[in-house]
Amino acid sequence: MVINDPILSIWNLNIRYGQTLAVKNNSFEIEKNKVTAIIGPSGCGKSTLLRTLNRMNDFIDSFNTDGTINFDGNDIYAADADPVEIRRRIGMVFQKPNPFPKSIYKNITWGPQINGYQGDMDTLVEESLKGAALWDEVKDRLNESALSLSGGQQQRLCIARCIAMRPEVILMDEPASALDPKSTARVEELIAKLRQDYTIVIVTHNMQQAARVSDNTLFLYEGELIEYGPTKALFTKPEKQQTEDYITGRFG
Amino acid sequence: MNNFKSNIEKRKRIESIFRTICKALTWTSLVILVVLLYHVAEQGFHRLSPDFLSNFPSRFPDKAGIKSALWGSIWLISLVFLISVPIGISSAIYLEEYENKGKLARFIEVNISNLAGVPSIVYGILGLAIFVRFFGLDRSLIAGAFTMSLLILPVIIIASREALRAVPQSIRHGAYALGATQWQTIYHHVLPAALPGILTGVILAMSRAIGETAPLIMIGALTYVAFVPESIMDPFATLPIQIFNWASRPQAAFEEVAAAGIIVLLVVLLTMNLAAVIIRNYAQRKYRW
Repeated sequence: MVINDPILSIWNLNIRYGQTLAVKNNSFEIEKNKVTAIIGPSGCGKSTLLRTLNRMNDFIDSFNTDGTINFDGNDIYAADADPVEIRRRIGMVFQKPNPFPKSIYKNITWGPQINGYQGDMDTLVEESLKGAALWDEVKDRLNESALSLSGGQQQRLCIARCIAMRPEVILMDEPASALDPKSTARVEELIAKLRQDYTIVIVTHNMQQAARVSDNTLFLYEGELIEYGPTKALFTKPEKQQTEDYITGRFG
Repeated sequence: MNNFKSNIEKRKRIESIFRTICKALTWTSLVILVVLLYHVAEQGFHRLSPDFLSNFPSRFPDKAGIKSALWGSIWLISLVFLISVPIGISSAIYLEEYENKGKLARFIEVNISNLAGVPSIVYGILGLAIFVRFFGLDRSLIAGAFTMSLLILPVIIIASREALRAVPQSIRHGAYALGATQWQTIYHHVLPAALPGILTGVILAMSRAIGETAPLIMIGALTYVAFVPESIMDPFATLPIQIFNWASRPQAAFEEVAAAGIIVLLVVLLTMNLAAVIIRNYAQRKYRW
């Protein structure tokens, strides 16, 4: 698929855990200010691929990669690339909500604080929580522990924490899979709202969710990129047989 | 259809036997402890007085006091704390957070576990050779403190590593994903969350240090000291050494003095532990997941 305004360009990417090849020779581009969904059956390498995009796999011992991932003109796996700086600009929301065991307020301010944010913290907290559609629920209890929130609220707090850093890309690793349907719906609404200002890459194994929230969809199977295209086209008339089998529920 | 042989009666019987055994053993050890404490209290309680705390040791049981040993122990434990806690926690952080992969880390880990099991007298010999002789620290408080720190470091390192390992990985990832360095992640999130566990290890280690006698005798701590140490280079006595000295005297009256010394040692120990437990519980309240 040809992308006019790419923010991330991935060329010939292989990802290995020890000897196991988890992602095989993927090349694709992520479109700026769009939502890109990565779908595929469990164990196909989609989370691995996502975590590689902001170097969150660096902490895994046996992990190694080759190929290039260009972000803003630079290879994020180049020798002089700084993973801390990359993660500041490419944020991440995890599968299981993981707020810090601190106050709601502190959860938002910690990232900006350690990164030398100069602006007004109160304003930032309000904007971020509003951005994550959580402000009305928590505005009177900002000093309470984040762990007192419900699972869905915690996940929106994690999104608020992420957007407080004003990242250029937000990676979401099955952000709604640990949530109940109502909370899932709210997170999906939020993604629809965030797409105006951010580039989002979301991994999901819920195909309806991918169809609802994304502009482009990438289908990954056993580490191979099978098909990548505009979501509507991919779900209505897939080019590959495997894609059709997967989205019609014949396997996966 | 029914291939299950219902042996529920038998299983219940085994259950109740096992429970009874556990209960009996628990109570036995508790009773022994109470008897011991009672025996000590009965012997030593009437010897306890302000004079006992403010007198130096003496040939006469009625005049004998514990001042120098009490101060010696307080000095020693403070020095041991200052030396071993920073080194122990730093080592644990290094081994668990920074260098937690590969063969070297495993090699070090195994060796630290082994060190925790080395008899304390061996540390005494080591201390004598290195701190007293080689570094020429003589029979000083600081030589004793270094020796004792060596002895308890493995305990602190092992407990701290366990505590760090128990902090969920998701907290670290959350911090990294916000552009935090490893140190910022450790300092702001991992360490506070691991603090209760680390404190538990420190409490255990300190309790061991205050009760140990053998290594200090080995490096030549004194059993008769008629002054309070004023610097880390001074000679010293400690509570357990003083108690041992009294208990080994022939006069029956000194046995009572020894019992009074044990009470003082226990009070110091329990006060220390209580303080640490309070701090730990306070820290623990904030972290639940």
